[in-house]
Amino acid sequence: MDFSLSEEQILLQDSVVRFVQDEYEFEKRRKIISSEDGFSRDNWKTFAELGWLAMPFPEEMGGIDGTPVETMVLMESIGKGLIVEPYLATVVLAGGLIKEAGSPAQQEELIGGIVDGSTMMAFAYAEAQGRYNLADLVTTASQQGDGWVLKGSKCVVLGGPSADKLVVSARTSGDQMDSNGISLFIVDANASGVSRRNYTTVDGNQASDITFNNVSLANSDLLGAEGNALPIIEKIIDEATAAVCAEAVGAMEVTYQASVEYAKTREQFGVAIGQFQVLQHRMVEMFMETEQTKSLLYLAIMKLAEGADDAAKTVSALKAKVGTAGRFVGQQAIQIHGGMGMTDEMSVGHYFKRLTMINTLFGSVDHHMKRFAQLSD
Amino acid sequence: MDLSFSAEELAFRDEVRRFFKEEYPKDLLEKRSKGQVLSKDDIVRSQKALAAKGWAAMNWPVEHGGTGWTATQRYIYEEEAAAVDLQPLVPFGLSMVAPVIYTFGNDEQKKRFLPDILESNVWWCQGYSEPGAGSDLASLKTKAVRDDDHYVVTGTKTWTTLAQHADWIFCLVRTDGSGKKQEGISFLLIDMKSPGISVRPIITIDGGHEVNETHFEEVRVPAENLIGEEGKGWTYAKVLLTHERTGIAAVARSKRSLSKIKKFAAKQMNGGLPLLEDETFRRRISEIEIELMALEMTDLRTLAAVSLGGAPGPESSILKIKGTEIQQALTELAMEVSGYYAMPFIPESLEPGWNGDPIGPEEAVGTASKYFNMRKTSIYGGSNEIQKNIISKAVLRL
Ligand SMILES: Cc1cc2nc3c(=O)[nH]c(=O)nc-3n(C[C@H](O)[C@H](O)[C@H](O)COP(=O)(O)OP(=O)(O)OC[C@H]3O[C@@H](n4cnc5c(N)ncnc54)[C@H](O)[C@@H]3O)c2cc1C
Repeated sequence: MDFSLSEEQILLQDSVVRFVQDEYEFEKRRKIISSEDGFSRDNWKTFAELGWLAMPFPEEMGGIDGTPVETMVLMESIGKGLIVEPYLATVVLAGGLIKEAGSPAQQEELIGGIVDGSTMMAFAYAEAQGRYNLADLVTTASQQGDGWVLKGSKCVVLGGPSADKLVVSARTSGDQMDSNGISLFIVDANASGVSRRNYTTVDGNQASDITFNNVSLANSDLLGAEGNALPIIEKIIDEATAAVCAEAVGAMEVTYQASVEYAKTREQFGVAIGQFQVLQHRMVEMFMETEQTKSLLYLAIMKLAEGADDAAKTVSALKAKVGTAGRFVGQQAIQIHGGMGMTDEMSVGHYFKRLTMINTLFGSVDHHMKRFAQLSD
Repeated sequence: MDLSFSAEELAFRDEVRRFFKEEYPKDLLEKRSKGQVLSKDDIVRSQKALAAKGWAAMNWPVEHGGTGWTATQRYIYEEEAAAVDLQPLVPFGLSMVAPVIYTFGNDEQKKRFLPDILESNVWWCQGYSEPGAGSDLASLKTKAVRDDDHYVVTGTKTWTTLAQHADWIFCLVRTDGSGKKQEGISFLLIDMKSPGISVRPIITIDGGHEVNETHFEEVRVPAENLIGEEGKGWTYAKVLLTHERTGIAAVARSKRSLSKIKKFAAKQMNGGLPLLEDETFRRRISEIEIELMALEMTDLRTLAAVSLGGAPGPESSILKIKGTEIQQALTELAMEVSGYYAMPFIPESLEPGWNGDPIGPEEAVGTASKYFNMRKTSIYGGSNEIQKNIISKAVLRL
C-alpha cells in the first residue's frame, strides 16, 4: 500500500497550484465568469499547452496516459481555484466516452481535437423526467435510411454553450426505463434541428438545455455499439463523479481553512471568535469531515484505477459523503463568517455554492445512498 | 387544554379570508403566486391596504392604532396570510422602531412618527450593526457628538437591510465612550436625506441586493430625534428585542412552503414514480414536518403565556433557532425536488415583476438563490449561537 503521489504527479499538482495562483486570483475569476463565453479561451489554450487536456488519454490517441489519480490531482486543484473552464465536460465526460467507445476514426478526430484544444465537447445525458437515472430516457434515435433521426431534449448540459460537438444518449429500442436499447451519438452542436438555451449556473459555470428536433445523423455518428451504451455511460459517469468529488475535496479544504483563518482574526466580545469553544468544535468537525471525505476519495480513485468490481459502489459512497460533508462544511463556513459569509464579495460563499451544485451533479445524497445500498451485499 | 376555535374566532377567520379575497389588491397576490419579487411601490401598496383595514400593526397597543388581537387571532391571521402568500411586512418601521417610539418616545415624537409608520408613508431601516460590532453589538463605535441642539454623527453602519429604499433610519450610536460599553449608547432617529449619509450596496451570495453599508460623515441630527434619555439606548433596544419575538418562528409560512414543496414533488418524477412517493424523500419531508408540528405548539404555548400577561422569556430563543432551522431545511428540500433544475441561474428573476420563461419547472426557478439567501436567518437577529448562549445562561443557568 502506498498513498503517496509520484514525482510526476507532484509536478502536475504544482503546475495547477501555480496556475491557480497566477491566473485565477478571485477578481480575475469574476471577470472570466462575466465575460461573453463565461470562461477563458486563453486559459483553455494554456490547459492544452500544459498537457492537461491530454491527461486521461492513451499515448496512441495523442494523450499522456494518465490514470484516475492524475485526474484527481488536477481536479482537486481545480476545486481549490474554483476553475470554471469546462474541463469536466470536455475531457472527463465526452473525452472519456470517446476513449471508451469510439472507433479509431472518431478517436483520432475528436480526441485529437480535445487534446490540442481545438474541440470543445459536452455530454448530454440528463432528462427532466429521469432525474439522476441514466437509463430513464425519452429521447429517441430512430433508424432512417442509412442514418438516424434524433428527437428529444436534455437538461442542464454542462459545458453546453461552448461545445462544438455533443455526445448524446438516446433510446434506440426498448421502453423508457430499460437498461438495454440505449445508444450514444456524436452530434454537431450547430447541426440543424439542435437548439440550445444557454445560461450560467448558480455557481458560475455554463450549461444549456438542448432540444433535438429531428436531427439527422449518419451511421458513423453512432458512438460504440447500438443499444449497449448503458454500462459505458455508467462507467464514465462514475469516473466523472469521482473527478467532481476530488474537486469538492479541494473546495472543502479551502473552505474550512478559510473559516479557521477568519475565526482567528475576527474579534467580538474582545476576543477572536475562534476562542469560542462551540466554534472550535464546529471547525474541528469541518476538518474531520474533509479528512473522511478525502479518505473515501482515495479509496474510490484507487478502485477505479484498478478497475475493481466494487468501484461503482465506492463511488456512490464517496458521492453521498461529498453531499453531506460538503453541505456541512459549506453551511458552517457561512455561519462562522457571519454576515461577511453572505456577501458575494468574499470567496467563501462561492465555494459554498460550488459545493452545493456538486451535491446535485450526478445525483444527490439520496440517490447515491440508494445506489450504494443496491450495490452492497 | 383545548385546541378548538370559538364561534367568534371562526367568524374572525372568515373575515380575514374575505378581506384577502375581496379587498386586498388582487394583482399583488397574483404576482406573489407567480413567484415574482415585489417592487418597492408594490410592497408599500400592500402595507397600505392592510393599514386601511386596521391590520398593519398587530402588536401595537390599540390606542396607537394596533389591532388588539388575542394570541389566537394573531395565529389565525398568520395562517390566512400565509395561505395567500401575503408579502411579509417590512419589519423595521411597524415592528421594530414603532414599539420603541410608543414605549420610550415623548408625545411629540409619537405624534410625529407613529401615524406615518402605521400608514407606511415612511420607509424605515435599522442601523444597529457595524463592521466591528455584530454579535457584540454593544461595542458599536458610530459616535454622536452633541453640538448645541444637534448631534453630529460619524461612523459606519452595515448590513442595513433595504436602506436603498429608506426614508429614515433608527440607529444605536455612541454618545459616551467613557464607561461600560453598554452605557453611553443612545437611540437616534435619522432622516436618510441628511447631508453626509451615503449608502453602498452589498450584493449577497444569491445575487440579490438587500443589504447595504451606510456611512455617516458628520451628519447633523436634531437633538429632538433622540429617543428617551441619552445613554439609555441599549436598554431600549433590549426591551424591544425580547418583546419582538412574535412571528419569528415563521410557522405559518413554513407550513405553506412545506405544502408547496409536496405539490412540486408530486409533479417531479424519479424512477418512473412521482418523487413524493419515494420513501427516502417522504421520510425527509416527515422529519421536517414533525419538527414543524412541534414548533407550532411551542410557538402557541409561548403566545398563550404572553397573552396571560407573562413577558416572552428567553425561551423564545427556541422559536428563533428552530424556526430558522426549519426554514433552511425547507429550502434544501426544494433544491432536492428541483434536481438538476436547481442549477440554472436567471439573474432577471430576482428583479421585480420578472415574467420570463423559466428554465425547467417554474417551481424550480430561484430555489438555489432562496437556499443561499436563507442562510442569513441563522446569522441575523442574534445568531443561533448567540441564542443558544442566551438559553444556556438564562434558562439553564449554566
Ligand atoms: C442578510 C442580513 C441582513 C441584516 N440586516 C440588518 C439590518 O437591517 N440592520 C442591522 O443592524 N443589522 C443587520 N444584520 C446584521 C446581523 O444582525 C449581524 O450579521 C449579526 O448580528 C452577526 O454579526 P456579524 O455578521 O458581525 O457576525 P459575528 O458577530 O462576527 O459572528 C461570526 C460568527 O461567530 C459567532 N459568534 C459570535 N460571538 C459568539 C459567542 N459569544 N459564542 C459563540 N459564537 C459566537 C456567530 O454566531 C457567528 O457564527 C443583517 C445581517 C444579514 C446577514
